[in-house]
Amino acid sequence: MTEILNILLLLFLVICALGVAWIRDLLSAIILFSSFGLIMAIIWQQLSAPDVAMVEAALGTGVTTLLLIAAISKTRRAE
Amino acid sequence: MEDQIVRLTSRLVVPFIQLYGIYVIVHGHLSPGGGFSGGAIFGASLVLIAVSFNLEAGAKQVSPQSASILESGGALGFALTGLAAVVMGGSYLANRAAGFPIGVTGDLFSSGAIFIITLFLGAKVASTIVTLFYNIIEGEKKDGTPEKHSG
Repeated sequence: MTEILNILLLLFLVICALGVAWIRDLLSAIILFSSFGLIMAIIWQQLSAPDVAMVEAALGTGVTTLLLIAAISKTRRAE
Repeated sequence: MEDQIVRLTSRLVVPFIQLYGIYVIVHGHLSPGGGFSGGAIFGASLVLIAVSFNLEAGAKQVSPQSASILESGGALGFALTGLAAVVMGGSYLANRAAGFPIGVTGDLFSSGAIFIITLFLGAKVASTIVTLFYNIIEGEKKDGTPEKHSG
């Protein structure tokens, strides 16, 4: 059961990473990047690293998204 | 950007995020997490207020000036805790050897100097995240004064 969950998580991770590279709208890319971070946090937890998972969820998903949105509000939204 | 749902949700959620951040900081020596993780969670909650309401509401919680003071104070407290161990007769950042009281393992206060160091570290990381956010959102002019920006 955990195997299937892990495979699904990794699949979704790859899809999110490719989406960040492909998508043209920068705000959508940021949202995809934050979902990448959230999935990465669950994967860290699955890899028995709850410490890293906590930091990834707080920094990788929360603060990075907010900082990138702040950067977009100072510049342009289109690439 | 005024959104009733976002504002209400963040107003409901922020106290619990802050409580969880303090929990992670305080239980740093017992459970996963510690100064860095807890400080990041706490700082993210402060930035969330500034994003979902406005910059003034965020500055009411922690103003950029007090954040930078807290940031320097955290690093200073870390260094002074290390120096206190030297004064008490151990090496730099020594814990039990310098005579910090170690309680029963598993209790909340069971780590001597680590507890104090983790508190300072959490304060430093949280205020660093707030300072980072304000630096990006406000920007700086050429002469170094903060630029007025509604965000």
